[in-house]
Amino acid sequence: MARPIASVLVLGLGNILLSDEGVGVRIVEALDASHELPDEVESLDGGTSGMELLDMVAGRDCLIVADAVNAAGPAGRVIRLENDDIRMLFETRFSPHQLGLSDMLAALHLIDEAPRRVIVIGVVPENLKTGLDLSPAAAGGRDAAVAMIVDELTRLGMAPTPRLH
Amino acid sequence: MTRITIDPITRIEGHLRIDCEVDGGKVTKAWSSGQMWRGIELILKDRDPRDAWIFTQRICGVCTTVHAITSVRAVENALNLEVPLNAQYIRNMIVAAHGVHDHIVHFYQLAALDWVDIVSALKGDPAGAAKLGASLSDYAANSIPNITAVRDKLQTFVDSGNLGVFASGYWGHPAMKLPPDVNLLAATHYIQALEVQRTANKIVAILGSKTPHIQNLAVGGVSNAINPNSQSTLTIERLYAVKALIDQLGDFVNNAMINDVAAVGALYADWTQYGAGVTNYLSVPDLPLDTKGTQFELPGGYIPGDLAKFQPITSYQDAFFRDGVKEAVKHSWYEYTGDSAALHPYVGQTNPKYDDFHDDGKYSWVKAPTFLDKRAQVGPLANVLAMYAAGHEPTKRHLTRVIEVASKVAGSQIPLAALHSTIGRIAARAVRCAVLLEALQNQWRLLIDNIARGDDRTFNRPTFPKGEIRGFGYHEAPRGVLSHWVVIKDGKIDNYQCVVPSTWNAGPRDQNDEPGPYEASLIDTPVADASLPLEVLRTVHSFDPCLACAVHMVDAEKRPIVQVKAM
Repeated sequence: MARPIASVLVLGLGNILLSDEGVGVRIVEALDASHELPDEVESLDGGTSGMELLDMVAGRDCLIVADAVNAAGPAGRVIRLENDDIRMLFETRFSPHQLGLSDMLAALHLIDEAPRRVIVIGVVPENLKTGLDLSPAAAGGRDAAVAMIVDELTRLGMAPTPRLH
Repeated sequence: MTRITIDPITRIEGHLRIDCEVDGGKVTKAWSSGQMWRGIELILKDRDPRDAWIFTQRICGVCTTVHAITSVRAVENALNLEVPLNAQYIRNMIVAAHGVHDHIVHFYQLAALDWVDIVSALKGDPAGAAKLGASLSDYAANSIPNITAVRDKLQTFVDSGNLGVFASGYWGHPAMKLPPDVNLLAATHYIQALEVQRTANKIVAILGSKTPHIQNLAVGGVSNAINPNSQSTLTIERLYAVKALIDQLGDFVNNAMINDVAAVGALYADWTQYGAGVTNYLSVPDLPLDTKGTQFELPGGYIPGDLAKFQPITSYQDAFFRDGVKEAVKHSWYEYTGDSAALHPYVGQTNPKYDDFHDDGKYSWVKAPTFLDKRAQVGPLANVLAMYAAGHEPTKRHLTRVIEVASKVAGSQIPLAALHSTIGRIAARAVRCAVLLEALQNQWRLLIDNIARGDDRTFNRPTFPKGEIRGFGYHEAPRGVLSHWVVIKDGKIDNYQCVVPSTWNAGPRDQNDEPGPYEASLIDTPVADASLPLEVLRTVHSFDPCLACAVHMVDAEKRPIVQVKAM
């Protein structure tokens, strides 16, 4: 039952029960709602999972992660990080062996199935309180992030098709 | 005296914080603190009870299916709604496969690196490691070429200066005691486990339609249509694909994992003297075999310190369990209106009252649950002891096997009482993994046989009465007893409380100032070097801590995780 896998995975991460913490998932939802993805691209709402995602990420050429990021700048700011920048971000943040995205990616290196490119599209959150809605700043960040991901995919020659509303 | 604070904190509050006072090389006092308030239950108020599971599976990134299943069970319990047999079997297979996945990941990817020194593994001899493996089982993947390949790969990682997943290990710590060949064999299985856990996850994905968030649940059953011949539904072909995946898991769990755990236990036998903590154990029965939840494949119940006093929990209506659970907040950042010392979850309150970290006052966002007004430890150890006390044959068989292998490696007979320890929690998790795997095979057979009898029902439609109803659902999750408690008024959720495994284990002191299981288990743990508190992590990790999951944010700044203060 081998799964034919798309070469690019757009992975939304975060907890939608904690407002802007879930912005990554909201970005993927918005991307799916506004665009039809070509066959080479798959999207996934990864929630707050880590190792559970290993099978879904294994063997991809490119992983695009949408997530909330703890970075300087005003809420709603969108940043883009790639490969080496990302490794630095992950260092020592987690308690030893705690299994998040960084460990999942490191584990994929061990079994030679890590994506060759990893791109993080991150939004600086404003509000992490319990609740399902994004703050206005993060909602703006979400829309900007969707546009960035569309550009990213277009550069990869896998342009999504806008859905007609 | 020294105070150690282990707090993998980010800008946002989150995670578990452990504080220990160390005096004379031993922990003398400990505090376990949940550093984040979620109050996620509040989101559920006034919602349709049929949708609750969709939200509860977002509570935790590791335990998604676990909260989903428990939620539908709670609402079904409130409605006295029976669940078709096919739906029970499909759900049972999902939770069993999830449990196997979780236990494998815990041992290899979380706990093992507290005991196995990856850098020392590089000095191991593949022939020696293969010989050691062959003395324990005939696992084919313990071959010299396989082990050599792993050693070479680890060497490449170390040479590149990018240790990746191994970067934060305590390599060369004086408490690391395995010989290089043992480290190398365990490291080989560590890498194989990365592949094997994918297999378990695939089972969840096929049956649950998707991971990490399953899509197929419904209050009243599952949404999988069963049609042996249709391509779009759960077909016989798909079910046989599931069977093949289950068989692949069996080879690894029974021939690699069980022996690794036994060997680590034997070679760290001193750790059977540490970490017992709270020895009242609570677990619940799981994998229902009938539509009402009165018969279960796996037993559960309460052990008040002594196995001979085991009291089984026997049904989804069990009043002993229902009435035994309370939560205290004397040391938690909440206040209860009225002057109740501890409240039952049906009348539970979530009124946050944050102050600061007070050693003798409030210091955690986690409540302190009690069973029959006493602290109880939950988790695989509690469950394995209960199943053993209940005379569950597969549990006895696998537990005996682990103890036999460990005794052989140690060169002396290891008693059952050694399970009340840090090592015991790790060993019990491996035993439970093997038991779950067997249960997974049984549930697969039950489903196939039931379909063959012509039963294709998977769903009973729920109807909500006017007025107030109450229900509770429980599940023996990978980290222990999970229960959801729901009060429904006129078809809408009025109150919802989740009493999660890590609340039982990681909770702070209770209304009588009795420490929780994490806290109690840390007392007398030796600490060789306070700035590298590996021993503390060993005991905390043996519980498989799971408070960190709900917040997931990339952090651009480095922060110290361990702080040490002389006092």
